Amino acid sequence: MKPFTYAKANDRADATSQAADDATFIAGGTNLLDLTKLEVMAPDRLVDINRLDLAEISETDEGGLRIGALVSNSDCAAHVRVRQVYPVLSRAILAGASGQLRNKATTGGNLCQRTRCYYFYDTAMPCNKREPGSGCQALQGFNRIHAILGASEACIATYPGDMAVAMTALDAAVEIESAAGEVRLIPVRDFHRLPGDHPEKDNILEAGDLITAVILPPPVTGRQIYRKVRDRASYAFALCSMAAVVEMDGDRIASAALAFGGLAHKPWRDEAVEALLVGEKPSAALFGRAADQLLAEARGYGSNDFKIALTRRVLIAVLTEATQEGAAA
Amino acid sequence: MTAHQKMDKADERNRLDDMVQGLVGTPMDRPEGPLKVSGQATYAHEWDVPDMLYGVLARATISKGRVTDVASSGLIGKNGVRAVITDDRLLRRPAQGGADEAPAQGAKQVDYFGQPIALVVAETFEQARHGANRLEISYEAEGNAAFDPEAEDTDTDLPEDDQLDQGDLDQAMRDAAFTVDQVYRTPGHNSAAMEPHCAIASWDGDKLTLRGSYQMLNFNINELADALHIVPDNIHMLSPYVGGGFGSKLGISPEAVSAALAAKEVGQPVCVALSRPQVFETTMRRSETRQHVRLACGEDGVLTGIGHECLVSNLPGEGFYEPVTQATHFLYGGKHRKLGIEVARVNRTCGGSVRAPGEAVGMQVLENALDELAEASGIDPVELRKRNVPDRHPEQDIPYSSRRFVEALDEGARRFQWDECNKKPGSLREGDWLIGHGMAGASRVNILSEAKARVTLQADGSALVETDMTDIGTGTYAILTQIAGEMLGLPAAKVETRLGDTDFPRGPGSGGSWGAASTGSAVFLACEEIRGTIAEAMGIEEDELTLADGKAGKGEAARPLADILAGKPLSAIGHIEPGQTLEEMQQATYGSYFAEVAVNAVTGETRVRRMLGVFGAGRILNEKTATSQCYGGMIWGIGSALTEELVFDNRDGHIVNHDLAEYHIPVNLDVPQIEVVLLEERDEYASPIQAKGIGELGICGAAAAVTNAIYNATGIRVRDYPATLDKLLADLPEA
Repeated sequence: MKPFTYAKANDRADATSQAADDATFIAGGTNLLDLTKLEVMAPDRLVDINRLDLAEISETDEGGLRIGALVSNSDCAAHVRVRQVYPVLSRAILAGASGQLRNKATTGGNLCQRTRCYYFYDTAMPCNKREPGSGCQALQGFNRIHAILGASEACIATYPGDMAVAMTALDAAVEIESAAGEVRLIPVRDFHRLPGDHPEKDNILEAGDLITAVILPPPVTGRQIYRKVRDRASYAFALCSMAAVVEMDGDRIASAALAFGGLAHKPWRDEAVEALLVGEKPSAALFGRAADQLLAEARGYGSNDFKIALTRRVLIAVLTEATQEGAAA
Repeated sequence: MTAHQKMDKADERNRLDDMVQGLVGTPMDRPEGPLKVSGQATYAHEWDVPDMLYGVLARATISKGRVTDVASSGLIGKNGVRAVITDDRLLRRPAQGGADEAPAQGAKQVDYFGQPIALVVAETFEQARHGANRLEISYEAEGNAAFDPEAEDTDTDLPEDDQLDQGDLDQAMRDAAFTVDQVYRTPGHNSAAMEPHCAIASWDGDKLTLRGSYQMLNFNINELADALHIVPDNIHMLSPYVGGGFGSKLGISPEAVSAALAAKEVGQPVCVALSRPQVFETTMRRSETRQHVRLACGEDGVLTGIGHECLVSNLPGEGFYEPVTQATHFLYGGKHRKLGIEVARVNRTCGGSVRAPGEAVGMQVLENALDELAEASGIDPVELRKRNVPDRHPEQDIPYSSRRFVEALDEGARRFQWDECNKKPGSLREGDWLIGHGMAGASRVNILSEAKARVTLQADGSALVETDMTDIGTGTYAILTQIAGEMLGLPAAKVETRLGDTDFPRGPGSGGSWGAASTGSAVFLACEEIRGTIAEAMGIEEDELTLADGKAGKGEAARPLADILAGKPLSAIGHIEPGQTLEEMQQATYGSYFAEVAVNAVTGETRVRRMLGVFGAGRILNEKTATSQCYGGMIWGIGSALTEELVFDNRDGHIVNHDLAEYHIPVNLDVPQIEVVLLEERDEYASPIQAKGIGELGICGAAAAVTNAIYNATGIRVRDYPATLDKLLADLPEA
């Protein structure tokens, strides 16, 4: 672990101004501390933001929820309103990590969780994400957990989390405060980036930006499902996950919001897939076409080829479940 | 006093059954359990040694070649770094179990990616780790490294002792009514013990004290002495508590030698602990295997031939190879036999013993092949195995010692209600889940090793047991306490057992499942000697002596032991040696597994829903700790079947998934309620306590029950372990 300075931020302005000056925030530290010990990340300065007043969940004027950036994953998943009207979020969070980690991990920190690419984690390996320009060892290497959508020649890493996948399906937005004190809202679906030529940038945060909350819009009716597929029953990252919020109008699909984890550098949402479903009667053929659409550009890199077939099967199964008769509102 | 017994003939006295204290065999709690769960048991890293510095090993980032420079001068004196050790005596790899001499030394030669190169010593662990990360090492790489055991240009050799060609297997295959001819693959494993390897070295003049986490101190002390070029008498090793070993702590490892060298150089105690990635990269791996199995049988299902030809790997020049066919030699009959092992020489982390070397992967595959033969012949898998239990060893023509294989198969089938299970693959479904059942046999060779232990009956009537034997989580403290208490008529609270100290009488340590029977026999013999002295003092024969609850004699005539001792403690050393019964009899342990799995028809995810193991391993010394050993083995079997795999990058041989996030051992949710049944058994050829080794039996074939159940659920044979969902996906029902 490289020596670093550690300071506590007293308020948001203090936090953002320090971050603008190249400091790294620490909240739960469940990912950052591991990476720092391995020197995958080697911050010179840490700013502890746990004292900031960002640990509340409150209702918004619009009828949605404002989840403070420091709300723990455990508290968010257990919140009565989250469980009642955003169950896909609660289930996604509980599908990740362990009880102990969820107690420490925060809402803002979880959005910033870094990839689990094996080569990113091993400092002896070239990695464009860790060391821009050094190359990508995963491309020709073992890439079982890697991306099949939206990857680049520079990086095929995935965003590993679950929470943001559900938030993407729920059309949530990230509230960000800049060092200048400006507050902006970015849809979660736009928060993470595709790797392109700059895989070192996981998301759109600029120096000095502080995530202050995640805003959930007013709840939608319909069935909510989170399906996570992984190698063991718990405590493993998703090979493929799917968050679905699907509403029926009689025997036709009224709306469908579908987000996928484990497939790309960001939670993956494809509006063309959703457009294809809306107004249609559920059928195996329809879901097959939806899968064709979703995976039209999918590409495997060897050990992750199976993800294409897997995702197709998961999409069809989840849509079947979401649209079957008797689906609860 | 020394009581000596060499197992040249059966010990049919069953003396433990004559005793009346009632400790042996009971599910007694571990006496050290409260210390462990309250954090008071001192593990290797937890000793409070004054003035201690910390060392962290720096790793090779090439796969083969030579170190040309270690740029230590830039580090020393800054950020707390005190020294960088590049001594020629540094180990390149750990010693194999029982080596009794130093393994390959001289870290300037690089044999595999991740090999320790140097030790950075600093005032804190964090400083040392940062120093090791920053240490610049220059290399001259050699381009002729080999990484893929199956690549055509990889060198291989054939260990002479492990090639059997008996009869004519090719002809037997041609003549057979039913055959199986398949190739299976199992991946590498790491022991991944909960406690990472650690050693604390401190010198007092020429005397070295080494506190570490090791399984076989009697050998480790010689390995360490040889590595340091000092005499063993100048070393004192302590390993009272070991947080899991599974073979990875059998031999002395780089952390111990580097800690000792560093402590000498800086003149202060030095603690070296491995990080989890280092545990994966620098401790022993179980070799991956390719196993070609051929089975031939007649219409009656009786085997006429067995072929089991295997490819394993290790570093060039390393003597150990995974003994895959170990149980295949004796478990089933068949006149025509071709068994062999080929070793590919690759630049990967050193291969060595990992829980049940040989049977863990060999039985796993053999029992898959038996399942395939059962299907081919239309004979029930339980019945097929029973028909193939030979009367005498099919190769050596020697008899078996106690063998409760058939009973284990029958009892398992009865308890699991095997006959009620659906036998048609792919035809039982509950919602999205395909349900299947499978079974497998278990077998593991039995080993007795030379051991000594000292028992002292103290003047106050309590007893002290001392041996360098270790408790690696297995229950040694419990079972030695039970044996001594049983023999001397003392409640467990009146017996203290001290372990893991090279100043105590030596034994073989923990490994190969031999610990309990070997050192347990030494304790038994010492106690028998003490009983003889007591009997003599009372003027009776030893076999007439009744010892119970701290008293000698029966009924009202019973006298407190302390009175008989009259202030004089009695001490004896028990000494057990293996003898002719190991050569004249095939000694092994046996069992059966039954598993029910659910395979998700959409995703191919497999979940084990219930699992049963029935085992016979001679006398059970402690029902609870023996059962726990079997649980652990079966859980590893679940991991072997479904998830565990060391992934190597064949471009440089490095281990890709070198942490517990990506090396997937089973977690709680992967493990269903497991039932373990221990059969009543005495093996008079195995040891004077009629016990055999049980520590590894639970894994030896367990994975096969799971994959056989996957076949029953889906109709898909996965012959390339682990059976991850991607290997099932293509053949699952349409989405």
